[in-house]
Amino acid sequence: MSTPQMLSVRNLSIEFGGVHAVDNVSFDVQPGEVFAIIGPNGAGKSTIFNLISRFYEPTAGSIFYGEHDLLEVPAHRIVRLGIGRTFQNIELFEQATVLQNLLVGRHRHMRSNPFRDFLFLPGVKKDELVHRRKVEDVIDLLEIARYRDQRISDLPYGARKNVELARALCAEPTLLLLDEPASGLNTEETDDVSFWLEDIKHDLGVTIVMVEHDMNLVARVADRVLAINNGKVIAIGTPDEIRDNVEVQHAYLGAAA
Amino acid sequence: MLPMSDVIHLAITGIAQGCAYGLIALGFVLIYKATEVVNFAHGEFMMLGAFAVLTFSEVLGWGFWPAFGLGCLSIGAVGYLVDAQVMRRIIGQSQASIFILTVAFGFIFRSLAGMIFGWNTQSLDTPFDGRIALGGGIEIGTDRLAIVGATVVLVAALYLFFARTRVGIAMQAASQNQLAAFYMGIPVKRLISFTWAIGAMIAAAAGALLAPVTQVDTTIGFLGIKALSGAIIGGFGSIPGALLGCLLIGLIEPFADYYVPSIKGVSAYVVMLLVLFIRPEGLISQTYQKKA
Amino acid sequence: MQYLFKTRYEDNVRFLVKSGEKIRVGLVVLLLLAAPLMLQDYYLAELGLLLVYAIAGIGLMILTGYTGQVSLGHAAFLGIGAYSHSILMARGVPFTLSILITVLIAGLVGMLIGRSASKMHGFYLAIATLAFAILIETVFGEWKSLTGGHAGLAVPALKVFGVTLAKVWQQYYVDLVMTGIVIWGASNLFRAPTGRAFIAIRESELSARSLGVNVEWVKIQAFGVSAAITALAGALLAHQLTFLAPDVFGVLESLKLLLMIVVGGLGSILGAVFGAIFVSVLPVAISFLKDVLPPSVGQQAGLEPLLFGTIIVLFIVFEPLGIYGRWRKLRFFFETFPYYRKASFVRQKSYLKTERMR
Repeated sequence: MSTPQMLSVRNLSIEFGGVHAVDNVSFDVQPGEVFAIIGPNGAGKSTIFNLISRFYEPTAGSIFYGEHDLLEVPAHRIVRLGIGRTFQNIELFEQATVLQNLLVGRHRHMRSNPFRDFLFLPGVKKDELVHRRKVEDVIDLLEIARYRDQRISDLPYGARKNVELARALCAEPTLLLLDEPASGLNTEETDDVSFWLEDIKHDLGVTIVMVEHDMNLVARVADRVLAINNGKVIAIGTPDEIRDNVEVQHAYLGAAA
Repeated sequence: MLPMSDVIHLAITGIAQGCAYGLIALGFVLIYKATEVVNFAHGEFMMLGAFAVLTFSEVLGWGFWPAFGLGCLSIGAVGYLVDAQVMRRIIGQSQASIFILTVAFGFIFRSLAGMIFGWNTQSLDTPFDGRIALGGGIEIGTDRLAIVGATVVLVAALYLFFARTRVGIAMQAASQNQLAAFYMGIPVKRLISFTWAIGAMIAAAAGALLAPVTQVDTTIGFLGIKALSGAIIGGFGSIPGALLGCLLIGLIEPFADYYVPSIKGVSAYVVMLLVLFIRPEGLISQTYQKKA
Repeated sequence: MQYLFKTRYEDNVRFLVKSGEKIRVGLVVLLLLAAPLMLQDYYLAELGLLLVYAIAGIGLMILTGYTGQVSLGHAAFLGIGAYSHSILMARGVPFTLSILITVLIAGLVGMLIGRSASKMHGFYLAIATLAFAILIETVFGEWKSLTGGHAGLAVPALKVFGVTLAKVWQQYYVDLVMTGIVIWGASNLFRAPTGRAFIAIRESELSARSLGVNVEWVKIQAFGVSAAITALAGALLAHQLTFLAPDVFGVLESLKLLLMIVVGGLGSILGAVFGAIFVSVLPVAISFLKDVLPPSVGQQAGLEPLLFGTIIVLFIVFEPLGIYGRWRKLRFFFETFPYYRKASFVRQKSYLKTERMR
């Protein structure tokens, strides 16, 4: 998969013991656009991501990426279709170095065979060097060169967020699912994130879907926004349209008495 | 084919044995629910309990019931100390290290027990040495009845404790999110040590009640592993699940030993492996996926 | 703080980059090769035993230290290796072929266990491995026609390529070569995708999955590789013991292996080696203690397990990175002298957040 496809979500629903975490949600994401999903906490945003990543099984609905029916694909094959993601609570490999994390990011492009690797056949070494080179491009893009050999557990929060983004990029995705890319970051770091998102969009042509709470960031980079509350879609539109939408305001600020 | 009266007898013994395993498993599950730590040394709490009650009642001559109370309390103190002095320091380490630590504690307790109380098998006199006729020519020892009774009482007590009392609810909170519990003013560290104490006390009680059946020596702690297997079969995170699993094992063992003598003593493990093979989450499944 | 300036991508892949490392390793290799010239037979045999245990430790380390799957019953694979190899050689199968078949059998058994284990939650797996070990010990004991049951099985003499190697130094070299191969191969795994996938699973199955790692299959691989290597150690151990009995490969042995990797340092090949050294030196230290301590304490039957247990507890509480961790800190101290910062290795406070989701 080297060109971004359209992500189509139709009537997606999932129930957890009576609670409709995601309720009949439908939306399309155009290839190459930046699509934001916003909503109060607990609205079901990360759940949608987990459904797309196939960590959960929906109770109804469909998810298509291009022509591929994602519901037929197991979680570990999703990345082969070009879909990568980051996590809300950073899920990096803490006791490994940044380089090792990034190289695992390349896993879908690598051949992993215990016999070959145990004997370290010449092909293995060649592959390692090729992928090491590719990882370096991502390191350049996100400016994490000085952290290369450090363990994740030694890194500050902002650096970890970068590494997580970098790792997702190493898989060469065409669609990136970013779960709260700016949470916990200060203004400068958030600015950096917005620049990188624009770089990713324009230079790499990657479609970005992001769950976000930072409205400034959303206003700056998003092409379209989906607002969700209680698992249901309340509005889809451009950032301006969403900001002026009465229901969205109610969801965030409460309805006027 | 066994005659009916034998079948019933084995079944009843089996249920009583299952309750015994269940009693031990109770403490396990308690500690697990509070701290997500599996205390491999739990069987040793039981063994220490039996020795403690033995010491208080026969060596010091204080009679069974006072010895029972004191024995359980003293092992409860041991449990509290284990958590307060050791487990607290290793929070956040890998599951592997924590298991291994509790396994090591098992060794330490066993060795200390042997060195202090002696390596010979001793017997404990309890007030439960009669037999009760259940009709149809079937008898059951009061000791086994006491075990079943204790299990029922303790399960009910624990349920009420966790569901209805403030301390119990605080414990549940602490087990799900320590940081949040701290913020709520819950004294998490003390509560957890307290949970260990309760778990240890239950195990000690089990040890004393089981003494008429197993005698008292340093190896009786291995019953803990069978109890653990039972709890796993039933589903470890829940008390009813663990009890169900233990009852199952208790019931199956005597029949398995009779029909398949080559696996005598290890039938519990065979059953456990079979169950895990077919249903890796245990019979009553707990959801273990990490929230993404 | 890194004082290593890598100038080529190859430096990331190579094992020994700095000249200091090369010299250290070279020295050790030289000493090991020259050992028969310097040590008497008794000590040479002990060294050989140490090497064999190092192999077993590496096997367990791959599974537990690197992939995070705790195995409480790894001595079962030691036993499978020892028995399979002895039985095959007793039936006339040549050494090299027997080793290969043994390793293959163990690998397959490992993969089977892995298949069930891959779906199990962390500690269910640990208990399942314990149960498996108990059962295997029972099998060894009950299958008298094959294993000689509790009466034991004599191990055929060590014959490689038709040449009987009865001397201690000959057996030592066989052990040394095997250890070298295992250390090299295992280290290879971890500079390649397979090993990285193992580590990924230990750290975060969730994100590993999202990056394309087939978690279940990789766990099966880890089990297979680990079982195979441990069985190799078992086969070599058989030649050291010359007589096999089921209880040699029981729960106590499994726990000894676990002690090795924990004390040595979870997550490093060198840790397994350190652990092997520790476990080999411990009995010597204990018998020394027995002589020094007053008889009332020293002659107690429970002294050895008590010491085992206490040492494990002390290491986990105070030095969770094991001997290897100490070693790293020591090296770090020398490398960054005089800028050593004590805070480099300070652990952060951490809280328990439940992994369960109901």
